[in-house]
Amino acid sequence: MGAGHSHRLYRAGDSPVHALPAHCKLVAALGFVLVVVSTPREAVWAFGAYAALLAAVAAVARIPAAFLLKRLLVEVPFVAFALLMPFVVPGERTEVLGVALSVPGLWGAWNILAKGTLGVAASVLLASTTELRAVLLGLQRLRLPSLLVQIASFMIRYADVVTEEMRRMSVARRSRGFEARGVRHWKVLAASAGALFIRSYERGERVHLAMLSRGYTGTLPVLDDTRPTSAQWAFAAALPVAALAVCLLGWTL
Amino acid sequence: MHVPDGFIDAPVSVAAGVAAAGAVAAGLRGARRELGGARAGSLGGDDRTAPLAGLVAAFVFAAQMLNFPVAAGTSGHLLGGALAAILVGPWTGVLCISVVLLMQGILFADGGLSALGVNILLMGVVTVVVAWAVFRGLTAVLPRGRRTVTAASFVAALVSVPASAAAFTLLYALGGVTEVPIGSVLTAMVGVHVLIGIGEAAITALTVGAVLAVRPDLVFGARGLTAPLKLRVGGELVDAPAPGPAPARSPRGVWIAGLAASLVLAGFLSFYASGDPDGLERVASDKGFDASAEEHASAGSPLADYGVEGVGNTRLSGGLAGVIGVGATVAVGTGALYAVRRRSAPRERDEAPRSAA
Repeated sequence: MGAGHSHRLYRAGDSPVHALPAHCKLVAALGFVLVVVSTPREAVWAFGAYAALLAAVAAVARIPAAFLLKRLLVEVPFVAFALLMPFVVPGERTEVLGVALSVPGLWGAWNILAKGTLGVAASVLLASTTELRAVLLGLQRLRLPSLLVQIASFMIRYADVVTEEMRRMSVARRSRGFEARGVRHWKVLAASAGALFIRSYERGERVHLAMLSRGYTGTLPVLDDTRPTSAQWAFAAALPVAALAVCLLGWTL
Repeated sequence: MHVPDGFIDAPVSVAAGVAAAGAVAAGLRGARRELGGARAGSLGGDDRTAPLAGLVAAFVFAAQMLNFPVAAGTSGHLLGGALAAILVGPWTGVLCISVVLLMQGILFADGGLSALGVNILLMGVVTVVVAWAVFRGLTAVLPRGRRTVTAASFVAALVSVPASAAAFTLLYALGGVTEVPIGSVLTAMVGVHVLIGIGEAAITALTVGAVLAVRPDLVFGARGLTAPLKLRVGGELVDAPAPGPAPARSPRGVWIAGLAASLVLAGFLSFYASGDPDGLERVASDKGFDASAEEHASAGSPLADYGVEGVGNTRLSGGLAGVIGVGATVAVGTGALYAVRRRSAPRERDEAPRSAA
């Protein structure tokens, strides 16, 4: 959590996946993840098929495997949780390399690892082929309340400003010889957090006044309202529909 | 803390998503009142919501990156639910944390897309609502003053983190995909999160104290705790007239309590009402659990997952059906209310603007 800078994930390109409207991609990614989550974990081959589908999308989007794998590190904390499962879950035991492991626990660990990894990979593919602004426009076209989209867009726009302000405060602290080493220094850090809140809030008030002076009426203008063609929808739907076919096979086989 | 895909099964994830959507919709309405009412000028209070909530969300996002060293090598960071509730009010808090989680899920692959509703419900709604309830309860009981606000912030943050862990355990009991005994999940989750909660509480209380020292007027939770303004008229102190009409009481509290009670009744109690699920699961496994699993897997429907482990899980699916029902009802009801209110909103706006104090 607290993952890095907002522009690091996007990887510019002109592939067919990049060119898809953002909301088609959002719907496709969500549909794919839901299908993956509802697949029975006993159908091991189905998860291989899902991985192959995602690899195909990555190939079409020309996202190198190394880039994708590096971003998958986000899920490391859950790997720890998953690895714990075979030891703590009660039930039938089996011997693996001389260690008694629980069979349901192993299934549980496999379930979390497989589904979690596929979910993260799908999110990474979405984020690396879609610009921030396009994501926000996509959310708006998906009929999210306009106020919510506006708040999200302000958050995205000012996250870097606020983060940078926090970094400058940290530079100022360190240039005065401060180094946070333990709990004793929390008061100073918390005072910085408090100052950061006041600055952010006051910046919000200034931004609001500036917007009013430019004629803000409660909605932001949408500049390019192009509707996706049915061909684009069909292209985006290829991923979840293929996944659904795999899922249904997984339930019946 | 972010729940990834695959932890909670699809039906519970979707039900949590519906409940989270209802909470965010309520947050959007509440935040307008909270942010507009701060110092509502003649410029129109409603419009302040987007920039202010957006900047507060950016602050929460940045504050989560501020590292607090604990001891050599380890450090913690703020989760921010309790802090947001106390600084900007509960509805704005729910809204800001939800937006942060939404953006983290879509842009940073932090927390699964299918688990977005679960994450918003656990970290955005439960944390903020519990923190706010504890905070309001304490400030109502304790004597007024800055120290009370700081102490109440400490306790509110301390309680809110394990409460969120307990809510996770409840969701896991309903839609967890592996039969870890719920008792041990609860112990482990709450145990770890009490420790995290202590750190969160210290940071929250110190940060609220720092803001109180500089701009007490910005701290939503400290509103109404300052001494009333007195005017000296002819050598005598008299109460200054209130700057504006008192805000109308809303049935929000009743709504929240009702929702919580229905969710508990529908999900939790129907799950525990009839016997010990652990014992039943054991019986099921003794009777050849694998055979029945295969048999049911051929049913071909994702919902059949609920029948997989035999008797124990019919209770889970009963509880789940209850929660889905409550979620759907709340969503429809909130939607209808939203539509009705929106229609009547223009009339409210025609009222004379409140004077700037």
